[in-house]
Amino acid sequence: MLSRRDFLQVALAASALTGFSGVGQWARVAAQQSLTEADLLAFEPLGNVTLLHITDIHAQVKPVYFREPSVNLGIGEVEGLPPHITGADFLARFGIDAGSPMAYALTSEDFAALANSYGRVGGVDRIATILKAVRAERPENTLFLDGGDTWQGSYTSFQSNGQDMVDIMTALGTDAMTAHWEFTFGEDRVGEIVDGLDFAFLAGNVRDTEWEEPAFEPIAYFDRGGAKIAVIGQAFPYTPVANPRWKIPKWSFGIREDDVQAHIDTARGAGADLVVLLSHNGFDVDRKLAGRVTGLDVILTGHTHDALPVAIEVGKTLLIASGSNGKFVSRLDLDVRDGAVHGYRYRLIPVFADVIAPDPEIAALIDKIRAPHEAELSRVLGRSESLLYRRGNFNGTFDDLICQALLEERDAEIALSPGFRWGTSVMPGQDITVEDVHNATSMTYPEAYRTEMTGKLLHDILEDVADNLFNPDPYYQQGGDMVRVGGIGYTIDPSKAIGSRITDITLLKSGEKVAPEKAYVVAGWASVNEGTEGPPIWDVVANHLTKHGTVNIQPDRAVKVIGG
Amino acid sequence: MKTVNRRHVLMIGAGAAALGLVGLDIHPALAEGKADELIKAFTGGAAPQEGRVTISAPEIAENGNTVPVSVSVESAMSGDDVVESVMLVAEGNPNPGVATFNFSSMSGQAGASTRIRMAKTQRIIAVAKMKDGSTYMGAKTVKVTIGGCGG
Repeated sequence: MLSRRDFLQVALAASALTGFSGVGQWARVAAQQSLTEADLLAFEPLGNVTLLHITDIHAQVKPVYFREPSVNLGIGEVEGLPPHITGADFLARFGIDAGSPMAYALTSEDFAALANSYGRVGGVDRIATILKAVRAERPENTLFLDGGDTWQGSYTSFQSNGQDMVDIMTALGTDAMTAHWEFTFGEDRVGEIVDGLDFAFLAGNVRDTEWEEPAFEPIAYFDRGGAKIAVIGQAFPYTPVANPRWKIPKWSFGIREDDVQAHIDTARGAGADLVVLLSHNGFDVDRKLAGRVTGLDVILTGHTHDALPVAIEVGKTLLIASGSNGKFVSRLDLDVRDGAVHGYRYRLIPVFADVIAPDPEIAALIDKIRAPHEAELSRVLGRSESLLYRRGNFNGTFDDLICQALLEERDAEIALSPGFRWGTSVMPGQDITVEDVHNATSMTYPEAYRTEMTGKLLHDILEDVADNLFNPDPYYQQGGDMVRVGGIGYTIDPSKAIGSRITDITLLKSGEKVAPEKAYVVAGWASVNEGTEGPPIWDVVANHLTKHGTVNIQPDRAVKVIGG
Repeated sequence: MKTVNRRHVLMIGAGAAALGLVGLDIHPALAEGKADELIKAFTGGAAPQEGRVTISAPEIAENGNTVPVSVSVESAMSGDDVVESVMLVAEGNPNPGVATFNFSSMSGQAGASTRIRMAKTQRIIAVAKMKDGSTYMGAKTVKVTIGGCGG
């Protein structure tokens, strides 16, 4: 019987890989008609500095399936610009053939079918193999940076209060990180970890609420390849708005553009040859920021989970988008001399889990961390006949499952589920395990509430969240997707202003319009307010699955998108 | 289950996120007439010129009850180039007047910081009156939001 590795090589040979023309070095792979670790890592080194970047891995230490969005709208100036292109348009834009490995990694086209051929992606032990290979090749030149959203997103990260990820990232030899969901473990826990961390935790845009003094180190300096590198950390600016402020009452965030410029000036003043922003702003915020500050060479972007196969240039600043969930490692080689970048070469390395061998040391560490939980992690709750996924602006089938569970288990008319961008995919025909459910729900404020809301309040909430996604000024966006709904449908025109985007909110069961003054029973989860009561969302979903056994959820058409 | 009023709902929260605000009226504010009147009274009826005035405030408020706002005015603060006073207005609040800061050449620089309670998304406007009677203004929109879902 063929192993997955053999199968991949056969499958790829059969499908004649001609699809790499847009991504330079992939042409070589096409010639060989097989995908090997050497091909994935192939990189003609350039200059004296190599930056390796991962971000938003959301505690996914094992290989996963992760479907990229089919809908990712850009509003205003960024309409039609990367990363706001998907599917066939994305493939055409970057010269990637349909059905090729990069098409599988970067888009949702034929996702379930291609997943059968190409298998899972990611796995921190595979990432470790890439890191070690690059470090072996460039021992004095390499810096490994983590853009944050690392400590949250799995069963084991929740059980260990983020400690599993801290241990793993330490073992990987991380040089610096910034943060977002890390803060949801609360002030005390974050403080405790940061105090004991043997690499830099950078957040130049966080101040204490009382005196507005810096709460964390803003900059770390590194000498690599004869260049002095300044890495400035930028945490997610809206952490206390999008996540519970009560868990971090002493810390105030914000984009703080003036502070970013001040940090750049400090770094330049200290003799930095290369200034890097390790950012959790989100791609559109970083693109705007790049056009408004001076002296920034590279922004390693994060938060919005975009993966782009090229660096985006804004003036003299390079923007790198390294995806999420461990699917990719970015390698950026830079020729840095006399305080300036004279050239660069970039590659978004897809972490095909069946092609890249796991690093034994990190694999053993992951096994050790998971061993006490293995029985629970692999406990089967049900089975899915259809693809379950989350990413996309408006809905995902995994969220539809969560909303259905909320409606039934909490006996509600309407369900709300947050538009997070993390959460892995479950293939058609696959068992749904405790691990899968936690990958879609793991958090420190999981209570599934049940309450009454008027139609007007519901409309206001939808409008407010839509503006956080579709405000034409990126500085006013929060980087999530639209709140998911169950039991209702609505029409949205993203191009309109706040207050007039959402119309025709309709109860699906009766076809009745939601009336502004009428009260409805609403269930939801992940409220940011202190004292929210209810069972953890993962129990709600588990109970639902246990009752139903098998689920089959087709993509929802209850949200109608118009205008634009 | 009892029906909850808006205040209760705010405390319970929505699936999306952060309901922690003093109000939820997210539609365009109509207190702007009052703000205009205040500004006219301050400038003596003249329309202030754009520029020189910089407002520093978060794009999205973390807590609408206490939004940190700083204002600074470009000025040598000597000779005729002296800022005499700066008025801060929260355009969408029921009572838009926030504060008026007075300066002299002894101040060295014209800058002040305060915290504002904001009922909803609105522009913060600062108007500076110079010694020669000319006036300048700057503005910044601060969004007061229910919240969103960070990726």
